[in-house]
Amino acid sequence: MASGMKILVPVKRVADPNVRIGVSPDGSGVDLTNVRMAMNPFDEIAVEEAVRMREGGKATEVIAVSIGGPKCVDTLRSALATGADRALHVTTDADLEPLAVASVLTALANELSPDLILMGKQAVDGDNGQTGQMLAAKLGWPQATFASKIEASEGTLTITREVDQGLEIIEVDLPCVVTSDLRLNAPRFAAISAILKAKKALIETRAAEDFGLQLSPRLLTLSVSEPSQDRANIKIKSVGELLEALAKNHGLLT
Amino acid sequence: MTVLVIAEHTEGIIADATLRAVTAAGQLAGDVTMLVAGLDCADVAIAAASISGVAQVLCADGPSLGSCLAEPLAELVGAMVAEHLQTRTETFEAIVVAANTFGKNLLPRIAGLMDLGMVSDVIAIKSANTFVRPVYAGNAEATVECMEPIKLLTVRPTVFDPAPPGGSAEVVSIDAPPPWTRTRLVQRAKQSSARPDLSSAKIVLSGGRGMQSKENFVILDRVADRLGAAVGGTRAAVDAGFLANELQVGQTGKVVAPDLYMAFGISGAIQHLAGIKDSKVIVAINTDEAAPIMGLADYCLVADAPQVLAELEAALADLGSTE
Repeated sequence: MASGMKILVPVKRVADPNVRIGVSPDGSGVDLTNVRMAMNPFDEIAVEEAVRMREGGKATEVIAVSIGGPKCVDTLRSALATGADRALHVTTDADLEPLAVASVLTALANELSPDLILMGKQAVDGDNGQTGQMLAAKLGWPQATFASKIEASEGTLTITREVDQGLEIIEVDLPCVVTSDLRLNAPRFAAISAILKAKKALIETRAAEDFGLQLSPRLLTLSVSEPSQDRANIKIKSVGELLEALAKNHGLLT
Repeated sequence: MTVLVIAEHTEGIIADATLRAVTAAGQLAGDVTMLVAGLDCADVAIAAASISGVAQVLCADGPSLGSCLAEPLAELVGAMVAEHLQTRTETFEAIVVAANTFGKNLLPRIAGLMDLGMVSDVIAIKSANTFVRPVYAGNAEATVECMEPIKLLTVRPTVFDPAPPGGSAEVVSIDAPPPWTRTRLVQRAKQSSARPDLSSAKIVLSGGRGMQSKENFVILDRVADRLGAAVGGTRAAVDAGFLANELQVGQTGKVVAPDLYMAFGISGAIQHLAGIKDSKVIVAINTDEAAPIMGLADYCLVADAPQVLAELEAALADLGSTE
């Protein structure tokens, strides 16, 4: 099974993680006007890992899938430029919650029968960290979250997970869902030739509504606000001055 | 109405984060039921029964639960709720787990099994169905209403105090789920340091790229031990091999909320700042006056971090000698 592994990699288009996001004036959400968008960094790592597995002879096909508006095509093209073999765009105008995304991916997995679904452990916009585990549950598959190392052998993956206490190692049977952590790999910069080729590649399209699934929201965002951060930013000049201030004003390090 | 808290425990000890989840569950009103699942965990169940605010402990003890894997534990909770719905008029109002790697791994799987939406990383409970949670690396806070019949919440442990001892709950045994064989624990994680846990430490000393070398982190460790502090760092410091992965602080690492957070040579990427905002006092030491961390600090010292650290060590030694 491992030699012919088919890998499905869901990728999400998000605001560039290096951009500071502000709240919209009416407090209904965040302001993404003119904000540069990019592939969710954890998904970039997932794509890179899947491509490396194919390059290393552990997998035969890497299929990238993105769910969302027309611009998701850009995200899929960067997955193709990294080395994904196929790209599938599931179109929707709705901002789907993790549960709905997991439902669509479940339907896709049932059609495409991947051996492995490899995806980011969280998207850096909503910071939910739910989709992979929800998907694994819906499929009844094993899950390996927060992966920092993946070793493939016949029908099984050995995964090193980054957990609060350090590193944990588990073994999971295929098919399974793996979510990538930061240290799984350092994604490559795609070659210009690969980027140009990806620009012309065919992207398959499906409408999310055509899956006949219940995708309505389960949460209602009532308001979005900026966190209050009132810090004094007091400039100090020396360690002595610092210790004095901490002791006198806060009773610390006395 | 009852709120279910799922306990995390290692070597017979209930995690501090679980005690904090009990406090959060208490704010939802109603009785708190704690699920203790594991192998040979009767003692843990007894300990759980003495947590203030816990009205009932459900103890599932069996080999299928010995490895703390999410898969069988999620099956257990899913089956419990399904059974409730068939045999009783009401079930849990909410299921609460701490938002650490245990809870983050587990609760979405339960949500997927039960086809319920969930709320991650709750930092404030406004009512039985309205919660506040950070989004975009903490650059914004969303107030969300959960429209599900059962509210599934991971709660950020640092914003809730640990529930004190003082309860006397009944312990009820329930059946462990059938074995889950497709996931196998090979090696459990072992904390690499005897220092206080980052998430509950009173003082955190943290280093970034500006610390320049692993040797300087040895000094940081020494000063931390002198102060009884935890040590943390940025993604850059972890990637450079200066410290262990579990010590990364930030959006995707650990969230800290100490009385004092000292940032040595940390510039303050958005992702790092997301993990330190709840600290009471933040001190930033950086050669760059314009570094983003300075804007979030109570005290800013524009200086070379390793040098300040050395001076701090000397100053603390002087303090010690005059005590």
